[in-house]
Amino acid sequence: MDSAFFRAWLAEAGTVIEAQRDHLTQLDAAIGDADHGINLARGFSAITVALDQAATPTPGSVLILAGSTLISKVGGASGPLYGMALRQAGKSLGDTADASLPDLAASLEAALAGVQKLGAAREGEKTMVDALAPAVAALQKAISEGAETDAALGAAAQAAADGAQATISMQALKGRASYLGPRSVGHEDPGAASTALIIGALRDVAQRQAS
Amino acid sequence: MKKLINSPDSVVTDALAGVAAAHPGLAVDIENKVITRAGGPTPGKVGLVSGGGSGHEPLHGGFVGYGMLDAACPGEVFTSPVPDQMLVATRAVNAGAGVLHIVKNYTGDVLNFEMAAELAQDDGIEVVPVVVNDDVAVQDSLYTAGRRGVGATVFVEKIAGALAERGAPIADVAAVAAEVNERSRSFGVALTSCTVPAAGKPTFELGENEIELGIGIHGEPGRHRGPLTPAREVVAVALDAVNSDLPVSGDVLVMVNGMGGTPLIELYVIYNEVHKYITGKGARITRNLVGNYITSLEMQGFSVTVCQLTDALTELWDAAVDTPALRWGR
Repeated sequence: MDSAFFRAWLAEAGTVIEAQRDHLTQLDAAIGDADHGINLARGFSAITVALDQAATPTPGSVLILAGSTLISKVGGASGPLYGMALRQAGKSLGDTADASLPDLAASLEAALAGVQKLGAAREGEKTMVDALAPAVAALQKAISEGAETDAALGAAAQAAADGAQATISMQALKGRASYLGPRSVGHEDPGAASTALIIGALRDVAQRQAS
Repeated sequence: MKKLINSPDSVVTDALAGVAAAHPGLAVDIENKVITRAGGPTPGKVGLVSGGGSGHEPLHGGFVGYGMLDAACPGEVFTSPVPDQMLVATRAVNAGAGVLHIVKNYTGDVLNFEMAAELAQDDGIEVVPVVVNDDVAVQDSLYTAGRRGVGATVFVEKIAGALAERGAPIADVAAVAAEVNERSRSFGVALTSCTVPAAGKPTFELGENEIELGIGIHGEPGRHRGPLTPAREVVAVALDAVNSDLPVSGDVLVMVNGMGGTPLIELYVIYNEVHKYITGKGARITRNLVGNYITSLEMQGFSVTVCQLTDALTELWDAAVDTPALRWGR
């Protein structure tokens, strides 16, 4: 997977986020302040502009630029968290021009570690971690079972989607939703939802490439 | 919902242009979204920076000026500003005595200000953050994100601003800011939600006879929904929550704050009940504010903030201030 692959992933993620913008905003209205879809859509548009304007010869440079762009443009908690995730993933990929599947898995692990360190969330607290952590685990498992790239990412994307759905029954212990206490139960976490979309985009780009 | 805007995308920049045109005492950098004092930093004085989402006006831009903030960073509506803005602001107000970041306790604000402080420190600027977390509505728990920063932010900015204006060192300015935060408690109630321009519809729905108790300032639902009751009962709920957390006694500073859509006549009805409740507890309201100071767009509702005063804090509250939203002694 070269830098073109990663640019394609971010473009696909941007398309999906824009398409689901109102849905994400509605999820955030139920248990937050109704700006998640708007903020992420703005961030991913800015990523498109940034990637157009700068040379990003390696996968790592693509993700680092994308992460820095989110930090500069998104604000809220999502900017630092998603931005840090992409930056850490990018740094983990180093200078390689072509990332292997294990490289990608390691980078998503680095992303997860970055998010957990910055936001101090663990699994089960109804956050983006509840989509990202299962995705990373599923990806590692698929790799250890010898899966091909598109199948492995398919497993990761499914785990992320399942994880996002699982947040519905959780009570929020972090972020704005936590102010609602028990009233946060019964609503999908917007951060988990958008993270699942982003991992889904990764699978889609890989599957397109495989076919 | 009807709004007096040109387009949802241009609300913040249009408003900043309006602020710049209305207030010659402010320097408004629309491109970077930073508001500073037109006269620039005062040599040797601690610089005070705060910021937060737009939609809470006059907080924070309306509090930039002599005796209060040196810079404010407005983010998108209800969205914390980004580290880039805070860094521009921090550099702009650095006068060699360090910079205080006044941070309302929301994950976004805290994370972005943390990143900005690191960047500023790389620049050789001493940054000390103070987190405001006066809201009593969220129950204390080991695992929650903690208490939100609401009305006490105004008190912190005024009192720390006054001490900084006297040339006090940053450790003292930070200490008085923390002291004001610790001595203040707030509770908010909403009669309606509010509509974020880009979302186009209210963040949540309240029935004809429902009120939301324990709100924050971003249109997020509160902890508890209840039936509309007379003002004195609503005030009792709010002040019982405040009082059970920090008993009201001695001399207090009280702010009855409108959330943006509440008429002043109702704020005075509320203040009357607040005054009766507090004097009923044997305390004295020696200083007060009634009006719109930390709002949520057009939300109807109010918040009450009570700060236990000392002579020293009272003196700093009384010190001269010259900002668009607070002006006395000059």
